[in-house]
Amino acid sequence: MAYDLSFAKDVYENAEEGHWIKMCMQCGVCAGSCPLGPHWEFSPRQLFQMIRAGKAEEVLKSESMWMCVSCYHCMVRCPRGLPITHIVHGLARFAVEKKRADKDQVTRRFAKILWENMERGGRIGEMALTTKLYMVNGIPDGVKKGMEMKDQAMSMLKSGRLKMDPLHLSRIRGHAGFKAMLKKAREIEQKKRES
Amino acid sequence: MENQKIGCYICTGCGIGDLLDIKLLEDMATKESRIPVVRTHAFLCGEEGLTTIRHDMQNEAVNTVVIAACSPRVHVETFRQLEAPLLDRVNLREQVIWVQHLKEEDDKDVFEEDRQMAAEDYLRMGCAKVKKMDPPEPFDDPGLSKTIMVVGGGVSGLTAAKEAADTGYDVVLVEKDAELGGRVAQMLKVSPVKPPYDQLEQPPTAALIAAVEGHDKIKIYKKATIKETTGAPGLFDVKIEYGAGEYSTGEDSTGEDSTGEDYSTGEDSTGEDSTGEDSTGEDSTGENSERIGAIVVATGYTLYDETKLTHLGHGTSPDVITAWEFEQMAKAGNIVRKSDGQPAKRVAFSLCAGSRDVQHLEYCSGACCTYSMKQALYVTEQYEDASTFLIYQEIRTPGQMEDFYRKVQNEGGVFIKGDINKVASGSNGGLTVDINDKLLRTPESLDVDLLVLATGMMPNIDTTDPNQETDLSASDANSVLNLQYRQGPSLPLLKWGFPDSHYICFPYETRRTGIHAAGPVRRPMGISSSMTDATGAALKAIQTVESIGRGAAVHPRVGDLSYPSFRVDGCTQCKRCTEECPFGAINEDDKSNPLFNPTRCRRCGTCMGACPQKIISFSNYSVDMISTMFKECEIPEEDEEKPRILIFACENDAYPALDMIGHNRGILTPYIRVVPLRCMGSMNLVWVADAMSAGYDGVLLMGCRHGDDYQCHFVRGSALAETRLNKVAETLDRLQLESERVKMIEVNIMDSDILPDKINAFVDDLEAFGPNPFKEF
Repeated sequence: MAYDLSFAKDVYENAEEGHWIKMCMQCGVCAGSCPLGPHWEFSPRQLFQMIRAGKAEEVLKSESMWMCVSCYHCMVRCPRGLPITHIVHGLARFAVEKKRADKDQVTRRFAKILWENMERGGRIGEMALTTKLYMVNGIPDGVKKGMEMKDQAMSMLKSGRLKMDPLHLSRIRGHAGFKAMLKKAREIEQKKRES
Repeated sequence: MENQKIGCYICTGCGIGDLLDIKLLEDMATKESRIPVVRTHAFLCGEEGLTTIRHDMQNEAVNTVVIAACSPRVHVETFRQLEAPLLDRVNLREQVIWVQHLKEEDDKDVFEEDRQMAAEDYLRMGCAKVKKMDPPEPFDDPGLSKTIMVVGGGVSGLTAAKEAADTGYDVVLVEKDAELGGRVAQMLKVSPVKPPYDQLEQPPTAALIAAVEGHDKIKIYKKATIKETTGAPGLFDVKIEYGAGEYSTGEDSTGEDSTGEDYSTGEDSTGEDSTGEDSTGEDSTGENSERIGAIVVATGYTLYDETKLTHLGHGTSPDVITAWEFEQMAKAGNIVRKSDGQPAKRVAFSLCAGSRDVQHLEYCSGACCTYSMKQALYVTEQYEDASTFLIYQEIRTPGQMEDFYRKVQNEGGVFIKGDINKVASGSNGGLTVDINDKLLRTPESLDVDLLVLATGMMPNIDTTDPNQETDLSASDANSVLNLQYRQGPSLPLLKWGFPDSHYICFPYETRRTGIHAAGPVRRPMGISSSMTDATGAALKAIQTVESIGRGAAVHPRVGDLSYPSFRVDGCTQCKRCTEECPFGAINEDDKSNPLFNPTRCRRCGTCMGACPQKIISFSNYSVDMISTMFKECEIPEEDEEKPRILIFACENDAYPALDMIGHNRGILTPYIRVVPLRCMGSMNLVWVADAMSAGYDGVLLMGCRHGDDYQCHFVRGSALAETRLNKVAETLDRLQLESERVKMIEVNIMDSDILPDKINAFVDDLEAFGPNPFKEF
């Protein structure tokens, strides 16, 4: 049934900043402001109205919310003050939780690699990160890509912009504290979800 | 004017002295125009300049002042301080030196000679004009009343009555029903009328009714109709027929008919004692006559006929209902499906039902979005698991209602932009509404329990054609006021039947002086706007009774004390004046002579322009005065190749636009001579013939835009001038002149940038015809 509000209510209550979605007045300023606008299947405005219309599968399986580059143009311009960037990321996360998001979605894979890398040392290990990203489509492809970029890499090494740490062994100061923080955050998140 | 002594004062400030030969002007005024006192001052608008004039008024017995300086539109107050019996201004600055000036790139002053000629002509005209003027004597009548009658006891009428009475004016409130409060009193709740504008509120009517019924300055007639309204503002005599026992005043009647008897107070007004002691009417007849100063019409609205909305499913199921039916259902406290009595938890609202639709009402009522949102909240309040859908074209929440819109969204109201394609009974007993969803760009099908049609407003006002002739003795059943006016018993209506005059420029004015419209009868609006509107109309009514008490005109010639006089012995009973007056100021006696009502008059002079016998004139504005003025100008000989074009400019829009050319230091051809008119409607065709025989090469009329989107300050003046002009060809043919020598153009007050080109184009046209052959004579 069209405009069955049960999916909308689920999103309002369980997606990050989801309760804001009902305040959208469909002006389309977000869609017009988005630098990636032409590449989205659905603009934020359309996603929000689809949620109200109860189009759960189309929303959750959509790639659109994975296209956000967090430039915050929409959020700055929204006349209703919706935190659109946060809502869109929240929807991506919500799709993951609902197990509808495509595992091979490139943004999703990139986000996962980036996070794991960052969590390991407490900061980005550029050399390990690039290596891993180059290798996503297999080792030969990765080597080819790496060779193409070697001149840039050498000059960055020389000027100290790239650290020689291929195994990503460096750790930030107070790494144990950082780990404890993340653990606590996960506990809070878990508790919130259970309540 | 008897014992007239004219003083002419030429200002040399603002560059006038640099660009004109002032000595020549002085000589001309003294010798040619024979002005006894002529003086020059470098700064007339300063204290010293004013003192010079005052000195002459005291010691030289100067009683008529001609000021040759800047435009009559500036320093109005400065020169009003002189309190001269007659005063006129000659516009040497804006329309001479500022439009015929030395350009920087010119090494030669090309306008030198022409500019001096223009200045002399304008000065001649000014001096000739005042000789034809008399100081106006204000109209007065011992019977003038300041009582304000409010027609309609809904939220607008109650507000207007309360505001006027609180300001200290006696009010007569006339309501057709047995109870005050109108539609708003029958509502469950109302959309917010006060900050923070996001809460539903109790209808404001209860408090208003209590205030009005207990007010000692307000007399109330219930179950009442107006049998007839005779007279004019300040002097209206209104016959009111009211239901037995339905007449009450506050605790102490202060009206002129007060006999000091005990009137009932508002609280117990239903008793039989409320009318018995009235000195002018008996309870048994239930009819009373009131002397009224001004009228506020607040008769409200009728909702559009929902039976015409079959395309939105009306008639397909009992579950398709109107917003008014839904309001009553909610007020009864039970929002259910009408078909089977099941709870109605999914409710759709069709906004713009029959509005903004060429098949139905073409306009937006401006209130349906808001009241539908309010009703959506009723559903949410009754059922926790309610779903409400507002199907809209555009959401229009004027005033402060944007916060209310947010509130409804926050409460879960779903807004769907789209058109309803089909409404059918659903399988489970409800309705299926097929929508062309413009946000999702797909057709969607919505299952709901109720579909509520938000219908628009139509004014509750006379339906008779205001232009048709009516028998004065017959009372028109359709008319609210039953005006005993020669032009008919009704208020003239604008497009779509609203009795306004120009709702952007002149709010609350109808085309009948002293009768002010307020609330949805003026234009569709919600409760909050109606209350503001009613306050505005009450102030307008107060302004009317006060102005008329001083014998002065109301808007737009506020404060003007002159009014036309009719030399009836010269009248040929042609009825043009009684037909053409835009405000219906002139009735007819039984011999078809004009019967003028001074307090209905707005002083535009349309009657004066209409009269072929020239029997209508103002003490300070007449056919003769204007004729004399433009005949004073010097018409150069044919071989001088200096054509002369006479411009009649409406002083409301065209004249300020001409002034603005000067303010912007534009260039105007020096061949024009501008004569301001009160309104193009006062343009008498005699002037065209006179101008032609005086040797002017052409006549250009500058009036306001007319038609549906008219901008004429006197509603019909410019349209009438255009009609008259169509007849002028005949006159010109008789003189063997090209009829294209006379032309009318529409000028907007913003047109100063294109006006020089329009004038130049006319000058070019005239060149083709050659000079006016009458110059010879």
